[in-house]
Amino acid sequence: MVTAAQNQVAESANIGWQQRKRRLLPYAYLSPTLILLAVLTIVPIVTVFLYSLVDNVIVNQNTPEFVGLENYEEVLTHRKFRGALSNTIYFSVFSVVAHFFIGLSFALLLNSRLLGNNVKAVFRVIYILPWVFTASIIAILWRLLMNPHGVINFILLELGMVEELQEFLSDRRLALNAVTFINIWSGYPFYLVSFLAGLQGIPDDLYEAGRVDGGNAWQLFLNITLPQLKPIIISLALLDFIWTIHQFTLIWMTTGGGPMRSTEVLSTYTYKAAFSSHEYSIASTIAMIILAMCTFVAVFYVRSQRMVDE
Amino acid sequence: MIGSRREILARKFLLWIALILGACFAGLPVLWMVASSFKSNLEIFAYPPALIDYSFSFDAYRAVLSDPGQLRFFFNSYLVAILVTICTVITSILAGYSLSRYDFRYKKFLTLVIIGVQSVPPITLMIPYFGLIVWLRIYNTYTALVLTYMVFTLSYAIIMMTGYFNTLPRDLDEAVMIDGGGSFVTLWRILVPISLPGIVAVGVYTFMLAWNEFLFALTLTRTNDMRTVPIGIHLLMGQHSFEWNQMLALSVLGSLPVLILFLLFQRYFIAGMSAGSIKG
Repeated sequence: MVTAAQNQVAESANIGWQQRKRRLLPYAYLSPTLILLAVLTIVPIVTVFLYSLVDNVIVNQNTPEFVGLENYEEVLTHRKFRGALSNTIYFSVFSVVAHFFIGLSFALLLNSRLLGNNVKAVFRVIYILPWVFTASIIAILWRLLMNPHGVINFILLELGMVEELQEFLSDRRLALNAVTFINIWSGYPFYLVSFLAGLQGIPDDLYEAGRVDGGNAWQLFLNITLPQLKPIIISLALLDFIWTIHQFTLIWMTTGGGPMRSTEVLSTYTYKAAFSSHEYSIASTIAMIILAMCTFVAVFYVRSQRMVDE
Repeated sequence: MIGSRREILARKFLLWIALILGACFAGLPVLWMVASSFKSNLEIFAYPPALIDYSFSFDAYRAVLSDPGQLRFFFNSYLVAILVTICTVITSILAGYSLSRYDFRYKKFLTLVIIGVQSVPPITLMIPYFGLIVWLRIYNTYTALVLTYMVFTLSYAIIMMTGYFNTLPRDLDEAVMIDGGGSFVTLWRILVPISLPGIVAVGVYTFMLAWNEFLFALTLTRTNDMRTVPIGIHLLMGQHSFEWNQMLALSVLGSLPVLILFLLFQRYFIAGMSAGSIKG
């Protein structure tokens, strides 16, 4: 610890050193973060980019051969890649849209004036529950429920909605919808929480004024609630889009990308290319494409954040 | 309020129906998981299904808790998650202080990099990562897991911490500075104690993320004595005979720490979380 006296002595002795120290101080505080991110984020990204430009990496004893953008050409024209890309987009778009609607509906329910605080507290915990579970546990949970002999099939049969037992996670026609549904279930609480905070931040005067002008509940929602929540909606949706584009664990633990690649998304495709087929150049190329997609969305995310700050 | 008593009653009724339907959607799957973890493995898919049946017992829990291998997963998960939380909190306090209280060259650029890290897909880092970790001689160690998880927790933690410090008036630290305290003293003596709610939010968030991580825990560990709970569950799933009740018991036990933390700190957590996601 530096005492006041020591500090003063140092100050009079060497003002130049003090100034330089003050200039360097913010960097010093940031240095642990910057070193960690440089070594464990920047280095791997640069490496994976270099891998995507060469052939024969890692497994091959030959020296890597520079091939330019050939890997990208190969990947982008490949049927498997296109399948994984369209699955990823389907999975992400439906997840984000459903997360938004469910999160907003639940938030509006919990924000109702007609409910007591204790009721709200209990239902809030229930609604947030899916968030507490990690992806591998969510995977087990839904494999239990969606099992051909599981409880969902039983209910659907009893209600007469299906005629035979469904293999939700191993039927080509159903699997993608099934994993999308699971992802929807597990992801909406993040929106719910943010919307709850956002709704509480809308001043009551706005609604009072709206009512004086003769607006009904629906008009108040459209003209006051939605515009006030807009900044939150935009940043949430973009962030969620980035997360679902690179969702790996949930799909890996429910279907593994199968059956017949019907739930193969870009991240499971990358993982298989790298760690099952050992085609590291191809895997790196897909990894770079995922990064590019996420960065593209992230640019909008950062912009939306600035809008809120201003 | 507008509307007659009767109208309000009708609206309340509809509201309750919606609330209960929502609770079924969110809660029933969880209830079913917990109930199934008390069944015997033969009764998991019994027809017709029952929430609680004659085979109710704690056998699955006993099996998990008496298996040293499984207990090791818990020990590893706790150790890694606690270490990650401590390291992330300290690092993000330092970084948040710098970003909140100082103006310096490249500040905008560095902030952008820190925010941007949030959008880097883990799978993109994965391929060269293995080689990097081996090269750093930390493959199959706790160090590798702790440092890796920090990459994913730090960004959000710093954003939350900076946001929290920004809400505290600068006069506060200037007063201490004038009294002769250095900037480091100011940070630890003044800012940290009054930022406790923000720090708790960062801590809980970090712990949850670290406790739940899967992809890197799977790739960066080789031996079972280094593996964490999510990987333990994965390993149970890979066995020939599906011990459903044990997997579910392990899942319930594995979710408890996060659930308890969440229930204890939900106020801080929700406030901090939304502050982070809204303001950035």
